[in-house]
Amino acid sequence: MELIFEKGAKGRGLSILPKNELAPVDFGCHSREKELNLPQMSENELSRHYTQLAKRSRGVNDGFYPLGSCTMKYNPKINESIAGLAGFSKIHPMQSQHTTQGCLKVLKKAEEALCEITGMDGMTFQPAAGAHGEFTGLLLIKAYHLSRGNVGRKKIIVPDSAHGTNPASAVMAGFEVVNIPSTKEGIVDLDALRDAVGEDTAGLMLTNPNTVGIFDKNILEITDIVHEAGGLNYYDGANLNAIMGQVRPGDMGFDVIHLNLHKTFATPHGGGGPGSGPVGCKAFLAEFLPGCQVAGEEELYFEKPKHSVGKVKAFYGNFLVVVKALAYILNLGCDGIAEASQNAVLNANYMAKKLMNLYDIAFEGNWMHEFVMSLEELKKKTGVSAMDIAKGLLDYGIHPPTMYFPLIVHEALMVEPTETESRETLDRAIEVFEKLYDQAQKEPEKLHNAPVSTPVGRPDEVKAARHPILRYSFE
Amino acid sequence: MGSYVVSTKEEQQAMLKEVGLESMDQLFSEIPEKVKLNKQWKLPEGISEMEVMNIMEELAGENKVFSHIFRGAGAYAHYIPAIVKSVTSKEEFVTAYTPYQAEVSQGILQSIFEYQTMICELTGMDVSNASVYDGATAAAEAAAMCLQRKKNKILVSRTCHPDVIEVMKTYCYGNGTEFQVVPEKDGHTDLEALKQLLTSDVAGFYVQQPNYYGILEDYETMGRLVHEAKGNYIMGCNPISLAVLKTPGEYGADIAVGEGQPLGMELGFGGPYLGFMAATKEMMRKLPGRIVGETQDKEGERAFVLTLQGREQHIRREKASSNVCSNQALCALTASVYMAAMGKSGMQEAARQCASKAHYLQKSLEEAGLTLKYSQSFFHEFLTETPVAAAQILDALEEKGYLGGLPLGDREILWCATEKNTKQEIDDLVEIVKEVCQTWN
Repeated sequence: MELIFEKGAKGRGLSILPKNELAPVDFGCHSREKELNLPQMSENELSRHYTQLAKRSRGVNDGFYPLGSCTMKYNPKINESIAGLAGFSKIHPMQSQHTTQGCLKVLKKAEEALCEITGMDGMTFQPAAGAHGEFTGLLLIKAYHLSRGNVGRKKIIVPDSAHGTNPASAVMAGFEVVNIPSTKEGIVDLDALRDAVGEDTAGLMLTNPNTVGIFDKNILEITDIVHEAGGLNYYDGANLNAIMGQVRPGDMGFDVIHLNLHKTFATPHGGGGPGSGPVGCKAFLAEFLPGCQVAGEEELYFEKPKHSVGKVKAFYGNFLVVVKALAYILNLGCDGIAEASQNAVLNANYMAKKLMNLYDIAFEGNWMHEFVMSLEELKKKTGVSAMDIAKGLLDYGIHPPTMYFPLIVHEALMVEPTETESRETLDRAIEVFEKLYDQAQKEPEKLHNAPVSTPVGRPDEVKAARHPILRYSFE
Repeated sequence: MGSYVVSTKEEQQAMLKEVGLESMDQLFSEIPEKVKLNKQWKLPEGISEMEVMNIMEELAGENKVFSHIFRGAGAYAHYIPAIVKSVTSKEEFVTAYTPYQAEVSQGILQSIFEYQTMICELTGMDVSNASVYDGATAAAEAAAMCLQRKKNKILVSRTCHPDVIEVMKTYCYGNGTEFQVVPEKDGHTDLEALKQLLTSDVAGFYVQQPNYYGILEDYETMGRLVHEAKGNYIMGCNPISLAVLKTPGEYGADIAVGEGQPLGMELGFGGPYLGFMAATKEMMRKLPGRIVGETQDKEGERAFVLTLQGREQHIRREKASSNVCSNQALCALTASVYMAAMGKSGMQEAARQCASKAHYLQKSLEEAGLTLKYSQSFFHEFLTETPVAAAQILDALEEKGYLGGLPLGDREILWCATEKNTKQEIDDLVEIVKEVCQTWN
């Protein structure tokens, strides 16, 4: 398809602004000399261009999207309408606080509700995404140890099944990463953990249920081991959709958590953002929270925590995303939230149980909201890889599961159906998985060539990386 | 209770039966009994969509929506062309995930590629990433790109936005980087102090164009000084101003970043906004986050993919250049549509009108009794000293529906005008200010 720069013609354009009624300003030596190439096209051309691009994109609205660890649930429309209200969207972040009481109330209500859901005492909405939340949460752990004079607590323990952001965030927060292996049941190896902790332990980062979809039944022992060694427990909230309304991280021994409002709380992913990654903590860490916290009863105001680690983002975070999440929480309430996690887990188990006859499912057991299939055996037998099956799904209009993650499962496909899918959708997906399994035995080469019905076939990624073309050239 | 679960209670029971269970509770049998959530938790019960709308409308109603805005300081009220919202509310864009599956994500990938091109054009740099969270985190990520074994100090000018300085400081606290603020002198960076501070361990220096007070500084000299000290030169820029002002590329910057909010994003009480980041070719592999590249499929059809992923956290884990995963993709799309709708001439016109109106506002306010604090040339913001308490002026304006400038001290106000403000609006504002000054002085 043509790029926007290959459309339109010189002199075309929209008429957006009125004539300047005031004297021009000469910037002298500060003036731009370099030519500025931007599209010159009519509104009709522009509108059609983006409609074409939309047709070559795929969202949850287009169909089943069982992308593991991403919680691609339906994004309720009312939340978009609410975030679009002028009383939220047209508020300047530096207005005086008596003119933004509604915004402060949103932050306060969202903090109260999410603290109740997670068992935390305080929460910041500054972080813009999950990874940003991890970095922020780790800064709280760092500030806590330093405030007690524990300069030697420099190590963060991360299981080998963790999201890649965990170790990356730990390094950004100045920690060394200690990777520990999982057991053959896919959960934390308690002996390995006991060996890893010590006087240099700053904390542990854990997702529970973990990235293979298993709830770690030793969770209380795990968090105890870390606490007894003087470390803190960090909960990666990426998988909270499995347990919200059933159990709270705060009751399982976690001291700091981040949430992904764009996963668990139904705000849309926008093709990769904006998200929102609020960080919650126990009371003893609240004095280190970044930015400002909402305080006050009648008249609300912002207050900087006593020993704040400093802002991690300008202003107060991705506020309009918080607005959407609050609307979702109000709508569901305590009963709706528990119902959501129940059905997220039920749907995953339903799919897993029906697929386990054909596909190997890693770490058989009680799956929670997602499960991981290993196509290692299938690949050995037929040459058809996880990638091939994933691409085959595209020809049936199903978005593939997360591929090749977690790293501890070979030829992994991680499936997370979410609670907002019907039984028919799951049945159809199961049927497609069965067909693809069959095809892998009979016509493996067809799967190597899939997809065939999409706007383009498999792109040459090696070429893209070896000879990077990262922008359009006007020459 | 509201719910987006599809299955009815009966369907749920039938599905439970098929997986060999009798109750939902059995799905959670691995959770230790003693921590299972008591049914009496304090979250209220769910309510209907209509009730949610009523509550949220009431909350929105407790905020004051100003129809006349003369405040900037990092968030700017610009006119947003109608097409911007129409495009960015398309559900295919809104409800998609990060474009991992290139074959069904060509639309989003191409839109990012086009965004990267426009950011390169605007900044005069070679390569752009697909965005980060906002201007402040972009500055912090840019600083991290400059670090080397023997260069572990970051310098920032005091004339930058205070939130940007603070966020950079927090990130430096995180990874143990030395952080120092270069003092200001008469509204611009103190060049003598900068010279002194540019020691051999300086990895990078960050400065803002225009600076926090709206002023255009001597970016040429600063760039030269930084490069003489073998450090990297990072410029933070207002993207609209770049349509008419000399680009970071022309000033020899190694990295250009900025707050992309002026490019079609709502004020939204501070977010979501957009951090744009562009760099020279030499620094390409140090850029954080997603980058889209052009390639082909087997048939030779043009195709786009996420590329250079060897930098990223999901491949490199603790050795990644950054932990960025989700970025601000929909905001990057917003910026693209905005720039495409405005076009070259529209962008330049917006920038020129910002400057024209701000300068007219400044002259009119001086006639009303305020004085310009710094005399250097400015873009669309400027700092004045007030003959009466700043609060008196701002309160009077607020009463009439005007959001005046930001008070920076008891008798200092930082004003901003954009293309959105009309001459009439400015004249009316100045009348109110004049009256306050005459009454109280």
